[in-house]
Amino acid sequence: MMDSLRHLKDEDVLVLLNDLLEQYGYDFTDYSFASVKRRLQRVYSADRFPSFAEFRYRVKSDPEYLIYLMEQITVNVTEMFRDPHFFEILRKQVLPVLATYPLIRIWHAGCSTGEEVYSMAILLDELNLLHKSVIYATDINESVLEKARKGIFPLQHMQQYSQNYLASGGQQEFSGYYAANYEYAKFTDRLREKIIFAAHNLVTDHSFNEFQLIICRNVLIYFNKELQDKVLHLFSDSLEQLGFMALGAKETLRFTTVAPLFKPFANKEKIWRKIST
Amino acid sequence: MTALPKLLVIGGSAGSLDVLLQLLPELEPQWPLAMIIVLHRKNDNDTLLTELLSAKTVLPVKDAEEKDVLTPGCIYIAPSDYHLLIEPDGSLTLDASEKVHYSRPSIDVTFMSAAEVFGKRLYCILLSGANMDGSDGLQAVHDLGGFTAVQDPANAEVAFMPRHAMNSVPVDKVLNIRELVAFVKDLR
Repeated sequence: MMDSLRHLKDEDVLVLLNDLLEQYGYDFTDYSFASVKRRLQRVYSADRFPSFAEFRYRVKSDPEYLIYLMEQITVNVTEMFRDPHFFEILRKQVLPVLATYPLIRIWHAGCSTGEEVYSMAILLDELNLLHKSVIYATDINESVLEKARKGIFPLQHMQQYSQNYLASGGQQEFSGYYAANYEYAKFTDRLREKIIFAAHNLVTDHSFNEFQLIICRNVLIYFNKELQDKVLHLFSDSLEQLGFMALGAKETLRFTTVAPLFKPFANKEKIWRKIST
Repeated sequence: MTALPKLLVIGGSAGSLDVLLQLLPELEPQWPLAMIIVLHRKNDNDTLLTELLSAKTVLPVKDAEEKDVLTPGCIYIAPSDYHLLIEPDGSLTLDASEKVHYSRPSIDVTFMSAAEVFGKRLYCILLSGANMDGSDGLQAVHDLGGFTAVQDPANAEVAFMPRHAMNSVPVDKVLNIRELVAFVKDLR
């Protein structure tokens, strides 16, 4: 049988998820089973374990392997100015409202390696708001946060990011924001000065501040309904009155219990405003 | 919980839209399976594709949304820029992870996920295309007892994708367009 097709049984996946919860406190039980299973299967195949028992033993006995596995289970695909129109709405409609506040507090929940966080910092910088902003960027996963803190991204992606930036209404020279060094682009320290990167687990951790804008794109799609509801309440509790919440292109408040607390602000771009507490 | 319906998944890339436009008008209102269509395309307007296909059939056609539950007689279109997975209870999950064979949605991803859940109650057909996507997925479908078919490369607009599958995995049937229409139409 081909490598890519080695099957983990559903029971194996449940055993492993239980290990992660019991031993390490990571709770994936309310995640999309199909997605977690697919990602575990990929690791299981790629690392060529002879049996599930050996895979399980490695996870239980090797903390470094656990860090790697956590990075593999959670989806960390992101880009700068992804969905340019979304960033255009932020630039032209959302941030001008926030500009009236003395201090702007933004939370990127599930920020992964930070591409969208740096995109936000660029927007704030160009609107001359960065100096009075604080961006909290959180993720469950320490190793992606470590990458995010560095602000170093593969140079090969810069052409795409530059196109996204222009399509989102950016008018500067995008390459002015980074220094190219061999295969990497290091973003200027100035952008990072107002960003606080920290570990936060949406499943188990509580609200830690009040924000005017929360961005959480393509995270909720991996959660079941109950967990989606729970996290949306966490966001609602963490938003000021009339604060903005932005979700991913295929995420919705329909059929959730927070729906009455929000009104649509930009339908297609999935931005809502909080209207009651 | 009601039992899962049987499921047909059709995967296509370059040159496959025309096959669908010929197939869909032939399906009768009582056609009893659930259908998922995974098409490679640019990340443009999903609504247009759904409207185009919807106009060709009496069956309901909808953009697949997360948590939708697969319903018999309904056609679901995998959205652009997301993979489409199926949960054990027959509900849908969208996934924004890495492209597979330069593609998101990837046919492999949906074939494999469907195979895990539907086993013998699954039919998968791979259409025209210039990509290797779909072959690994058909292998998984075969391994888990499902039915595999490809469009006959001889009359596919782009032969590479179905030919690659024929050469690398066990394929139950090779169908020209006329046979393909008859086969799908008669599924029960």
